[in-house]
Amino acid sequence: MKVSLFITCYNDTLFPATGKAVVAVLERLGHTVEFRPAQTCCGQMHYNTGYQDDARRMMLHFLEVFRDAETICVPSTSCVAMIREHFPKMAAASPDPSVARDVDALLPRVYEFCELLVNKFRTVDTGASFPHTVTLHTTCHSLRGTKVGERPVQLLRAVRGLTYVELPQADQCCGFGGTFAIKNADVSAAMLSDKVRAILDTQAEVCTAVDNSCLMHIGGALSRQRAGVRCLHLAEILASTAGAPA
Amino acid sequence: MSVKVGQAAEAPSFPKAARSMLGNTQVRHNVRHATDMIRARRAHAVAETPDWQQLRDSARAIKNHVLRHLEAYLEQFETACTTAGGKVHWASDADEANSTVIDIIRSHGASEVIKVKTMTSDETALNPALEAAGITPVETDLADLIIQLGADKPSHIVVPALHRNRAEIRRLFMEKMQLPDLGERAEDLTAAARRYLRERFLRARVGLSGANFAIAESGSLCVVESEGNGRMCVTLPKVLISLVGIEKIVPTFGDLEVFLQLLARSATGERMNPYNSIWTGVTPGDGPEEFHVVLLDNGRTDVLADEESRATLNCIRCGACLNICPVYRQTGGHAYGSIYAGPIGAILTPQLQGMRHSQSLPYASTLCGACYEVCPVQIDIPEILLHLRKKVVKGHGASLAERLGMKVAARVFSSGGCLESAQKLVRIAQKPFAADGVIERLPGGLAGWTRFRDLPEVPAESFRQWWAKRQRKETP
Repeated sequence: MKVSLFITCYNDTLFPATGKAVVAVLERLGHTVEFRPAQTCCGQMHYNTGYQDDARRMMLHFLEVFRDAETICVPSTSCVAMIREHFPKMAAASPDPSVARDVDALLPRVYEFCELLVNKFRTVDTGASFPHTVTLHTTCHSLRGTKVGERPVQLLRAVRGLTYVELPQADQCCGFGGTFAIKNADVSAAMLSDKVRAILDTQAEVCTAVDNSCLMHIGGALSRQRAGVRCLHLAEILASTAGAPA
Repeated sequence: MSVKVGQAAEAPSFPKAARSMLGNTQVRHNVRHATDMIRARRAHAVAETPDWQQLRDSARAIKNHVLRHLEAYLEQFETACTTAGGKVHWASDADEANSTVIDIIRSHGASEVIKVKTMTSDETALNPALEAAGITPVETDLADLIIQLGADKPSHIVVPALHRNRAEIRRLFMEKMQLPDLGERAEDLTAAARRYLRERFLRARVGLSGANFAIAESGSLCVVESEGNGRMCVTLPKVLISLVGIEKIVPTFGDLEVFLQLLARSATGERMNPYNSIWTGVTPGDGPEEFHVVLLDNGRTDVLADEESRATLNCIRCGACLNICPVYRQTGGHAYGSIYAGPIGAILTPQLQGMRHSQSLPYASTLCGACYEVCPVQIDIPEILLHLRKKVVKGHGASLAERLGMKVAARVFSSGGCLESAQKLVRIAQKPFAADGVIERLPGGLAGWTRFRDLPEVPAESFRQWWAKRQRKETP
């Protein structure tokens, strides 16, 4: 199947390894990946901070770029939630009825990375090998926004050599919240310190998630504390093989 | 009009207040302990209710219906209450409500009033107004009494003294009630409060309550509580005044079936509140001889007029969103600078208060969605926060640096080419700050990030560059 990758702006800029991993996993499973270089951002940061006029322009750009893409893969739960929850609201508020039609036509084609593998491709075993102890941070958007739910765990459990340990208080937000981490840096840090404590308690070597924004936040603290735990997007674990380890 | 929400007008911004609360380890410990306990109880009480979701749906439907027909129901309430011997007063703002209450108390020559379950009176800052008028307010709800004796402020909408532990309360009672030999068991403390309050209950001529629900068809009020002090407050004095927000209306007595189940289980994890007082007008020889209801607007009709945030008025003040909120859990309630704390406070306060004083509150959330998930009347708090953020930005409440940053970012995201150019620029700009793949210190507004966390260096090659290179190799 032909899959069009919406890499997301911060993966593109800060975490290209995640994008390469998504490409590697999808190609290994026999799919064709395309990348449309006109793509930019879903508008989430602007929308969530109150700049909804700017976000609307980004939505229109997104609709244009992916107009004829048959299957769109997004390796970020918060961007998927932005598209699913807020694109329809912005479209409904638009005086141009064609925007709502475009959004309606877009939504069934948008898949979060795990949803694409498990729901659309019916694949749990991606042929990965990753001989490490791994815990999963359940992002708020995987828990509540997109209902990605247990799929990341299903995928992790099928990885060869991987020991999965459950994260205590997994339903607690890590404190990122986009611009919250800067506007309310102190509260964000307090929330983060609870999350880091929970991760360290698991004795895992790697903390994974389906969203690099939370991982950038959690990983930033683990790095600052020289904690000896690294953060990796789930796609990078699934791309890992004995021959090409992550 | 002077719309007030307690002390919010003078309160510092949320980030500033939160920063100082985070340094109070005792409060943080107390808040964690208490919210963990209530959360566990609530989860149990909800799990054993098979029709929980149906109850939530019914509650939302009833509340939405009431808001659409609020005027008619308020008039129905007034007529029924008046017929039953009550007197209804209308107050458009805090000052009008306070002066109505003071006039009634004065007309009876009373210099003391016993109070219970009236957060709305904190909203109107009634106690300072009473004191200025020479009337002593006596809080009779145990938690409110603790707050009053300690010259403290409530930090939770259901458990106002949640930030205080037993040892602190014991010290306070020993000092304020002159009880040097007070024991340290919970029973000792409640016995001391009982003795202290009993005397005041028996001598009071005027009582003041709030209401959880106002029943339109019968003109009745309903107050739920755990201690029985409310029951005494609304039955012992000769004169009873109830201060009620206009959004507390439910159409019929039968609607309580839905709300009393949802409220008790959400608020305290109990199947039912220990005391449910429902009264209608006056009954000769039984309870107060004179009954006044002050119906308060104080900004509520403005909230009603805003379709996108109207659901704020559906709140039944259960506090479940406070207990579940990861932000409240860290800061406690005082950081919100309002009688209404937590997620519901973050949406309610700015709307009652006016955006100028509380524009930091809509940003006091990571939008994690836990509040919406637990809300018994399904208020989509994250959506309303976003709506209020939009209003902050439109009302020029955002800083210049933020507005510029967002403008630049919007330009960057206008095309793939612009994004690629920006990525190249950032790679150059980060050079003075990056070492070993990590940025440990950033200047200006971004320092908020690097005070607590490292930031990964922007890698030499973006995904889009890697992809373009790969394409060139594949199609020479």
